Amino acid sequence: MTQNLDSLPAEMQKKQYEQMIKEVKPRPPVIRNVFWAFLIGGLICVIGQVIFNLFQDLGLSKLEAGAAMSSTLVFLAALLTGLGLYDEIAKVGGAGTIVPITGFANSMVAPAMEYRAEGLVLGVGARLFTIAGPVLAFGIVTAWIIGLLYYFFR
Amino acid sequence: MAAPKKNGQQTVWFQNPPVILATATIVGPKEGQGPLAQTFDKILDDNYYGEQTWEKAERRMLLEVMQMAMERAGLTPQSFDFMLAGDLLNQIISANFVARDLGIPFLGLYGACSTMFESMTVGAMLIDGGFAEYVLIGSSSHYATAERQYRFPTEQGVQRPLYNTWTVTGAAAMVLARQGQGPRVTHATIGKVIDLGQGDPMDMPAAMAPAAADTIARHLLDTGRKPDYYDLFVTGDLGVYGRELAVKLMQQKGYDLASRYKDCGAIIYSPEQDTHAGGSGCACVAVVTCGYLLQEIKAGRIKRMFGVATGALLSPTSTQQGETIPAIAHGVVIEA
Repeated sequence: MTQNLDSLPAEMQKKQYEQMIKEVKPRPPVIRNVFWAFLIGGLICVIGQVIFNLFQDLGLSKLEAGAAMSSTLVFLAALLTGLGLYDEIAKVGGAGTIVPITGFANSMVAPAMEYRAEGLVLGVGARLFTIAGPVLAFGIVTAWIIGLLYYFFR
Repeated sequence: MAAPKKNGQQTVWFQNPPVILATATIVGPKEGQGPLAQTFDKILDDNYYGEQTWEKAERRMLLEVMQMAMERAGLTPQSFDFMLAGDLLNQIISANFVARDLGIPFLGLYGACSTMFESMTVGAMLIDGGFAEYVLIGSSSHYATAERQYRFPTEQGVQRPLYNTWTVTGAAAMVLARQGQGPRVTHATIGKVIDLGQGDPMDMPAAMAPAAADTIARHLLDTGRKPDYYDLFVTGDLGVYGRELAVKLMQQKGYDLASRYKDCGAIIYSPEQDTHAGGSGCACVAVVTCGYLLQEIKAGRIKRMFGVATGALLSPTSTQQGETIPAIAHGVVIEA
């Protein structure tokens, strides 16, 4: 039992309260979340592989089939987002639905839908990258750095 | 010398306690599937309520409860001296736009999710101070409008943490009057802004629980009352786990409330609805008070209650700049 917060100096109060929160706060079911993330994330990858193989069977080269598979997954994720299903899957799948390319598609389509009411330019156009923007920015910066390293240390 | 209608540091008492003449509530479909479904006046079929945007839907809910409450009291907008209202949206647009439609002299108020009780407090003061005969009070929130403003786009795939609460879609209105039949507002305790260093915007219960405990303890000190004076203590939107925090904080202050203490956020949804920690938002305390709690008072099952509406006074900007979350709680005594 922690002692009465009121009698403590402000910094101590905050520390004691932090302790109290730790005792009460519901913890995430980590094992269950990891299991579902693995299962659903893995399932998305399996679907990707199946699509990839189908495109190769249709005569596309490895590189072409890869691009076609990515576009198809992006399309499917966008469709599911539009139908209001992707967030339901993500609720269970967690990181398993965020990490694959489908998560990226979802993070573009969701704000696009959300800000449609504010118009095409200042709504959709301006807000399209609210969530994907940082991923793009830091992804591109990382690519620069790797490119430079490659150039000098090749 | 102390002000004549002030009790202690933060409590005011009303010489002629204003009467709650009528109330009205509307909630969204999710709330309509919850355990309190029977206590609401109207349940929406979908979150858009036939409008183009969620903001418009929220506004329409607020306008309709205001009209419904006026009608039940047998009054028209012209009868009202003031309208007091607020909501969660930037610049309280729901309340502002409804005030435009109703044409009643308007004071817009913002206390985040505590706005309904803040409005009741100011309204009761206006009436008992002799400035008003009738005051119209209302507040609203909408899951989708709040999510997009404070957190993520609605269709964004995120896994909400288990301690997160769900913003209630709904609106409630109340007619306060100087005379008439009905439950009365006898005291109000105005909260101080409390911040115990919590900064996670997904965890507002932790930020708000100390404010609720502070206001309850202050009210008991100011009035010299014992907890058993009240049949029920109610907090606004701490949810299941925030309620536990408040119970613990109150225990530290030397009060045991657990047996006579409910939280609106903890009772508005059932656990099967998977909202995690319960409900929050301006509408949470508003629809539960104007629906369930006042019905219990009218049925004689509650004689005296002390309600405390909690509000987290953050903005998305303050959170992004790394500020902690200041919180407030306003208390109102309602007696049969």
